[in-house]
Amino acid sequence: MSEPVLIFTDKGIYCPAGGFYIDPWRPVDRALITHGHADHSRWGHARYLSSDAAAPVIRHRLGEIAIETLPYGEARRIGDAQVSFHPAGHIPGSAQIRVEVGGEVWVVSGDYKVSPDGLCESFEPLRCHAFITECTFGLPVFNWAPQAKIAAQINAWWGANAAEGRPSLLGAYSLGKAQRLLALLDPAIGPILTHGAVENTNEVLRAQGYALPDTLRVTPDLDVKAHPGAMVIAPPSALGASWARRFRGAQVGMASGWMALRGVRRRRGADRGFVLSDHADWGELHSAIRGTGAEKIFATHGYTEIFARWLTAQGYDAQIVPTQFGGDEDTDGEAP
Amino acid sequence: MKAFAALFTAIDQSTKTTVKTAALAEYFRTAPDDDRLWTVALFSGRRPKRAVTTTQLREWAAERAGLPLWLLEESYPIVGDLAETIALILPPNEHTSDRPLSAWLGDLLNYPSLDIEARKVRILDAWNRLDATERFLFNKLITGGFRIGVSRKLMTRALAQATGQDEAAMALRLMGDWTPQTTTWQRLVAAPEPEEDDSRPYPFYLAYQLESAPQTLGPAQDWLAEWKWDGIRGQLILRGGAHHVWSRGEELMSDRFPELAAATDFLPEGLVFDGEIVAWDGRQPLPFNTLQQRIGRKSVPKKLLRDAPVVMLAYDLLEDGQDLRDTPLHARRARLETLLAGLPPEANIRPSPRIPFETWEDLAQTRNMARDHRAEGVMLKRLDAPYLAGRKKGDWWKWKLDPLCVDAVMIYAQQGHGRRANLFTDFTFAAWNGNELVPFTKAYSGLTDAEFAKITAWVRRNTLQRFGPVRQVKPELVFEIAFEGIQPSPRHKSGLSLRFPRMARWRHDKPAQEANTLDDLREMLALYG
Repeated sequence: MSEPVLIFTDKGIYCPAGGFYIDPWRPVDRALITHGHADHSRWGHARYLSSDAAAPVIRHRLGEIAIETLPYGEARRIGDAQVSFHPAGHIPGSAQIRVEVGGEVWVVSGDYKVSPDGLCESFEPLRCHAFITECTFGLPVFNWAPQAKIAAQINAWWGANAAEGRPSLLGAYSLGKAQRLLALLDPAIGPILTHGAVENTNEVLRAQGYALPDTLRVTPDLDVKAHPGAMVIAPPSALGASWARRFRGAQVGMASGWMALRGVRRRRGADRGFVLSDHADWGELHSAIRGTGAEKIFATHGYTEIFARWLTAQGYDAQIVPTQFGGDEDTDGEAP
Repeated sequence: MKAFAALFTAIDQSTKTTVKTAALAEYFRTAPDDDRLWTVALFSGRRPKRAVTTTQLREWAAERAGLPLWLLEESYPIVGDLAETIALILPPNEHTSDRPLSAWLGDLLNYPSLDIEARKVRILDAWNRLDATERFLFNKLITGGFRIGVSRKLMTRALAQATGQDEAAMALRLMGDWTPQTTTWQRLVAAPEPEEDDSRPYPFYLAYQLESAPQTLGPAQDWLAEWKWDGIRGQLILRGGAHHVWSRGEELMSDRFPELAAATDFLPEGLVFDGEIVAWDGRQPLPFNTLQQRIGRKSVPKKLLRDAPVVMLAYDLLEDGQDLRDTPLHARRARLETLLAGLPPEANIRPSPRIPFETWEDLAQTRNMARDHRAEGVMLKRLDAPYLAGRKKGDWWKWKLDPLCVDAVMIYAQQGHGRRANLFTDFTFAAWNGNELVPFTKAYSGLTDAEFAKITAWVRRNTLQRFGPVRQVKPELVFEIAFEGIQPSPRHKSGLSLRFPRMARWRHDKPAQEANTLDDLREMLALYG
């Protein structure tokens, strides 16, 4: 038996036949990047390769880097490997990476979500021999309600706050979750304000053609009192900081898959938790895995031990990918 | 169940007391009588007996969800609540139900008359008719421990608001030996005059911890000082020819402490004492672990009555033919002492002595000897104060001894539950015995959320081995463990156990090698045990 298509090293996932890494966490010569979130897209690699759609955000975040891009679905030969990027449905531009060596196909899922959200490119099922899947929410307690239902909850909450003249402060990661929320909001309810970190990303994505509603950047000069009942989208870290104090009487919400758990909801101290995740839930993980036809499954990012044990019991050849973070069950933030 | 679920959601979604109270008051105004009566019962700790074991619930839920039991068991510590775990893994309900809360509770009360298969059928049917929130509440009702962020005080306030009654009067009405089967909403809450009930206790007045110097309380002569006993707070009620003993948790304990019946032979009727039940050696209290043998036993064998006899050390008189709570403490206290003066020891009730003192400095000296008196500190009570209900700042203070402290090494960590699910908050600590670390206590509290978050990250990186939910970690982190007492315990490997252990601080400055030894602990045991 020849060498595996991908191996797991202390720098990250490596393809010996192609001499490249996927989402490596230490500087390497050649890095293929699934998407722009900080734990996947790091600074310091000599050469980057990403999907066309992911590149603007990666450039925006990492500055001057040597990056080449490929359209979704277009294959490129690197060494003895053939690689291509395919939509992962996680955030705008996010990709799964398909690697084929000598007729054997492995797919690295990156982060993904199966059901379409109307903003980012929809998840594409790929047939493969081995599938390296995230499992951030790989427990049977995580089952997402349809997006439309959550959108209605958020708009109803915003509407009720606006009727009382209170701002609604919604915490969301500045790349991905923030834009997904923006696309779900009903602009008829009131003005939408954004934290600078969110708005910078908005600008990059709007320039790419992603349809986002009109927003107003919160700057020191902005008179927030002139916008009573506004919706304010900001990174979670800004909600507890002095930045948020200008919004007097605000109701605070959080949108994350972790909000499915009452304990986490209460610990975050938000007034409202909305269960909205950019990751696959329990059912979606299974439909994605089934869709690949793969027998060999590697679990990474999440409840890897439990999920791999479950898959093994289902007849898969399931293993755990060691990651730099070592820890599973990391709820400190929704793994972005 | 729908209205109750909506109430729960409103309460759960808010962190503000005013919003919670308003939601409850609105529910108390509009819900059907039986539902609101049950709601009062649930929020005052009265719930149906558990009719199925949690093991059965787990098995049935896993079976219904088509999942192996181990997967449910692995999910449970991550969710942090069994009722919630089950509610989340079950498939969506196929039907809905408009049955009121009281009907579901009626079912639960009826379960004991059914065989186990019939109970299972009913529970599976309920799971199929209730949505996720309703199911969570239903499971909570079955598994007990119905704590969802509504304190008794908050509920009482909402009831008072909803009915236009006085809050203190409402608190009194809700005390005592009632269940939704023995009373009605009308009689318990709505009727203009509360029902006569010989056993009904008064709401306890609870003291705050004194955090600043006693000098801040004003002149020493305005205050009464007594020992703070380490026993069980209780009310002894002598009415209608019988005696009733209530714990602070409003549990009727009359049968558990038959000694206290003796008071009826020596005292007139119509008296209510507030005091501390302690194990007694004829001269002074026995250590708390002696009393502990009496706790949790419904009936008391003769031998135990001999080995661990109890008395009540009474410190307040709440009723003497009439409600005395508005009378100033000095008058209540004088009457108490008159009543109890000269009673023989076999009355099993005696006044908790006053500590004489002229100045705060005097008292500070005396307080240092609390351990010699088997007390954990001193109580300070304002002499002209009425007897209030609940925890109110101002007139009663506990001025406890500084706790005992040791530095210990964390060796095991486990995730917390509820609000602390997913954080490692439950730790086992060890002391050195030669080169070996011997576990001697667990502790769960005392640190900030931020510290727990840091420790959680550390635990994940430094796990040596897992035993189910418990992780053995590198013996590296040192914590100062504060505790109130130490006693011998043959059940523990260390041979001792601590009273009220908690983490006083994280000793970042101390390497594990410098933690305390088992010999240090044994020395403390010899001194204070």
